[in-house]
Parts: sequence; C-alpha cells; structure tokens
Amino acid sequence: MSIGIERVEYVLHLADNALILGQRLGEWCGHGPVLEQDIAMTNIALDYIGRARMLYQYAAGICSPESTEDQLAFMRNEWEYRNLLLVERPNGDFAHTVARQFFLEAFQMDYFKALQHSGDATLSAIAEKSIKETAYHFKWASEWVIRLGDGTEISHHRMQEAVDALWPFTGELFCEAPCESWMRKSFDCPDPAAMRSGWSARLQSVFAAAGLEIPTGNWMQEGGKTGRHTEHMGYILAEMQYMQRAYPGMEW
Amino acid sequence: MKDWPLYEVFIRSRSGLNHKHVGSLHAADPQMAIEHARDVYTRRMEGVSIWVVESSRLHASDPMENDAFFEPSQDKIYRHPTFYDLPDEVKHM
Repeated sequence: MSIGIERVEYVLHLADNALILGQRLGEWCGHGPVLEQDIAMTNIALDYIGRARMLYQYAAGICSPESTEDQLAFMRNEWEYRNLLLVERPNGDFAHTVARQFFLEAFQMDYFKALQHSGDATLSAIAEKSIKETAYHFKWASEWVIRLGDGTEISHHRMQEAVDALWPFTGELFCEAPCESWMRKSFDCPDPAAMRSGWSARLQSVFAAAGLEIPTGNWMQEGGKTGRHTEHMGYILAEMQYMQRAYPGMEW
Repeated sequence: MKDWPLYEVFIRSRSGLNHKHVGSLHAADPQMAIEHARDVYTRRMEGVSIWVVESSRLHASDPMENDAFFEPSQDKIYRHPTFYDLPDEVKHM
C-alpha cells in the first residue's frame, strides 16, 4: 500500500494546528489576567504541545527515514506549515484569545469524534485522547465567551469585537484541502464541511447565552492549509525556531 | 477581577481518602472556583474530587486561645491508639 504524500500532509496539518496554537497560548505564560487563568491557558497549551508531539512522531515515521519530530516542528519554513490561519492569529486581548479558542474547539468537538472512526489506527488513537481534552477546552472557552459577553458593557464590547475580528478566519475550518479529501476517500477521515451544522449550533447556543451577535459576513480568508500564511506566521516561527536554528540538534 | 472573593480548595487525592485542604484561589463564583482549582491544584494528578468553599464562610479557632484549646490534650497519652496492634487490613489510620 502506498503511504501517500497526502497522508503526511494531513498529519502535518493536524500537528501544525496543535503546535502553533500551543505556542500562542504559551505566550500567555506569566501574562495571564489572573494567576488562575495564566495556569489555565498554559495547561491548555501543554495539551496542545502533547498532541503536536504525538502527531509529529507519527508524521516523522511515515515521512522519511531521516526525519524526526523536532526537525518537523522546528526546521521547516513558513510555507511548509499546514496550520489554519485562525490558530496563528495574535493573542490580542484576553477576549481575542477566548474567541479564537472557542471557534476552534466548537469545530474540534465533532471533528475528533469523527476522526476516531477513521481507518487510520494511529490517528484514531490520537483523536480518542483529544476528545476528552477538547471537551474541557470547549467548556473553558464557552464559559469565558458567556462571562465576558454577558458581563460589563466593556467586556461585552471587547468580546463582540474579538468575535467580529476573527470571524473571517472561521471559513477555512470547513474548506477541504486536497490532503483532507484524499484522506477522506482513502481512510474515511472526516469531511470538514460536515462539521458546520454542529459548529453553528454551538455558536448559536453559547452566543445566545452571552448576548453576542453572530457575524453575518461571508467573505473568508483561507490559505493556511496549503501553506499560504498571514504576516504573523514568520514572527511565530522566528521566536519558536530560534534555538534549533542557532544550535541545530541541541537537547536539554 | 480584583474584587473576586477568595475560595479555599479541598482535594480528595484518591477514592476512600478524605478531602484535604490544599490552598486557596480567587474566582468570581463557585463554578469558576472549581475550574480554577482543577487547573491550579490537580495538574499533576493530585485529585479525583474537588470541594471549594468561600473563605469568608470558614470559622476558625482563635490562635490566642491555643493554650486553653489544645494543651490539655497533650498529657492524655492514653487517648492514642498505641497500646494495641492494628490489623493490617485497617488502612489510613
């Protein structure tokens, strides 16, 4: 059976989502609005980094004999990353971080459940572990959307502003990249477009409780899944890859 | 967030053991306090159950009265179960 470059791409897409979002959440370390949330966000970051490791190890195993998880995480260039544009958006204020997390987790709630039933045993096992983590992340993000949306005038305004600002980056969640379509046909992996109804239902129920408006704009940004990133991606990699680039192969 | 009340956190580390005070944290309400406790105090698999209680709801003994409260028990050695052997089956005594 041919392994397929598409499968490597697909695993890297999932791995890069986890790594870049983990890195973004990690940026809050020491800067959280309160100590308790500082730890909450870095806990979530560590869940994502753990998930990224499992996926990179898998990708390295099917990619080429000389590739390693570290090389995949730290030595690729910007256009070789396959993460969603949504996860590379800057942390902004706390509301932006919450909105970014909410949009993604609302999608992943169904996505990992579907991926669990794929014909790829490794991805299925990783999905199974991710379902529990996602349930907690979704709960965390939903509660903060509601608390801020239904809080003070200022918190409501900033939450709505964050939702509006990130809205154009939600469309890419549902666009099927060539590697996703190949994996769907070959291994019964989920069709991202099929997640839309569950995602919308979650948005409706949480936003109603939060008193927030769901944006109606349908002009959407895309490109991350195929390696076309926003201007922020290079800065993330510069910070994240510095050590491995300056001291290749270093360990501690 | 500065006016969030303080909560005391109690964690049960394993089934069968009692909840034990582990520390305190700030939260807007009990639900948030439980979630904060989960993130702050159970990251290293410390617990299977969490209790939180608003610190202002706790009533404590007065340290000034420690002598009157606690000294009388110090010379009552016969109250300790040290004069007979406990069977191995009795755990967590």
